[in-house]
Amino acid sequence: MTILRVSGLTKRFGATEVLRGIDLEVARGERIAILGASGSGKSTLLRCLNFMERPGGGTIALDGQMLGREGRAGERIYRENELIQVRQRVGMVFQQFNLFPHMTAIGNVMEGLRTVRGMPKPEAEARARKELARVGLAEKADTYPAHLSGGQKQRVAIARALAMDPEMLLFDEPTSALDPELVGEVLAVILALAEEGRTMLLVTHELGFAYHVATRIIFLADGAIHEQGTPDEVLKNPKKERTRAFLASHRQFSF
Amino acid sequence: MAYQWDFSPVLANAPLLAQGLANTLKVTGTALVCGVALGLVLALLRLSPRRFLSWPAGFVIEVFRTTPPLVQLFWFFFALPILVGIEMTPFVAGAVTFSIQSASFFAEVFRAGIQSIERGQWDGARAIGMRHDQALRRIILPQAVKRMIPAFMERAIELMKTTTLIATISYADLLFAANEVSQKTFRPLETYTVVALIYFVVIFLASQVARLVELRLARSGESTVH
Ligand SMILES: Nc1ncnc2c1ncn2[C@@H]1O[C@H](COP(=O)(O)OP(=O)(O)OP(=O)(O)O)[C@@H](O)[C@H]1O
Ligand SMILES: [Mg+2]
Repeated sequence: MTILRVSGLTKRFGATEVLRGIDLEVARGERIAILGASGSGKSTLLRCLNFMERPGGGTIALDGQMLGREGRAGERIYRENELIQVRQRVGMVFQQFNLFPHMTAIGNVMEGLRTVRGMPKPEAEARARKELARVGLAEKADTYPAHLSGGQKQRVAIARALAMDPEMLLFDEPTSALDPELVGEVLAVILALAEEGRTMLLVTHELGFAYHVATRIIFLADGAIHEQGTPDEVLKNPKKERTRAFLASHRQFSF
Repeated sequence: MAYQWDFSPVLANAPLLAQGLANTLKVTGTALVCGVALGLVLALLRLSPRRFLSWPAGFVIEVFRTTPPLVQLFWFFFALPILVGIEMTPFVAGAVTFSIQSASFFAEVFRAGIQSIERGQWDGARAIGMRHDQALRRIILPQAVKRMIPAFMERAIELMKTTTLIATISYADLLFAANEVSQKTFRPLETYTVVALIYFVVIFLASQVARLVELRLARSGESTVH
């Protein structure tokens, strides 16, 4: 069953055309790893999917429901309220965590429930504790981000996204800002989420992890899907020259 | 011949000076509260992507930042009544002038504070479905305000000193009281020394309190921003 259908998605920043017509259909439970060189538009693609960036052209349908309405010139017009709903349904985890430094770990996780959902405090707190426990940080509930390691921060950020009950999760290089010895704990959490059957799109340079966790690999080049397929197809037997060159430059992984 | 200091005639007029200080604090306090509130509004308008909001806010800010406060005070006290036919008491004219004048400075403090918060904080807030105003209130402003405290304090001190201008329209603030005491006692040296000391003590105490607040916030462990 399709949860997300993207057709002809384009995006430009000034004169730079960053996305040049992305067509993508995501089935419920799919885990898609997005690979690509720096500047190929991976982050922009993810950010368009939860409308952190307004798409320039094309359409996005979530759960069979087309988002926005058509304007006079055929462009799509989005209401802020609609996008706010979408962002609650499509969670996002960032490379730089983006935790709120003036709130404790549990404060970060509760924030969306309290402010966005208007959930009463005891209920929100109970829910936040559950999510922190899920990422193995129950005992860090009252710690401020400044006193957490990078890996712990990213796990809190994941808990914060999970608290909103998203139908789909977007990860933008969740381990790229981490010291090597802290990467494993974050990947373990993502793997556990994968095993629960969650739908996720993951931008990553951890090719070994992508191979194990993803059900599909997409290779992005110049703002377009250059090659896609199963991890075996794309990572072991890439058909396109550019995919091969990209993988060759990331040789340090093992399957 | 050495000057013979004698503070007793000045001290005999302490109640007058105390009343003056109370009035100075009243004007300063009123202008501070209104100025900060209006300053925040002006800053938010100025940061708006809608030009019909940002442009007028920018205009007000620039006008009040680039004209002398004394001219502004005279304008509100002597000129505005001619336009609108409403007489203002010296207190109201002063409160209005200093509120808008300090607001234009506070607006710039707010703007700098808000803009100093990394884009990632907006991202984090929006990604969990916050509206713009929710992100501002819950995530951006609490962090910005903390960074603003020193600049804010500087502006508040500046404001208190600026309020002495209100003496020129015969409002009985501390400076006005000092003029009176000085003329009554023929002791200008002692009078203005005492008055300078009062300003010093009040402002010094206030800035110490601000420093304590700043330290308290820093020590609560959350201030280290990454
Ligand atoms: N807000 C923006 N304003 C202007 N240009 C932007 C903006 N965001 C991205 N770009 C540009 O769009 C292009 C694609 O950026 P994007 O961040 O999507 O690439 P990426 O594949 O995620 O790269 P990386 O691997 O370095 O994260 C780059 O050339 C970038 O400079
Ligand atoms: Mg990126």
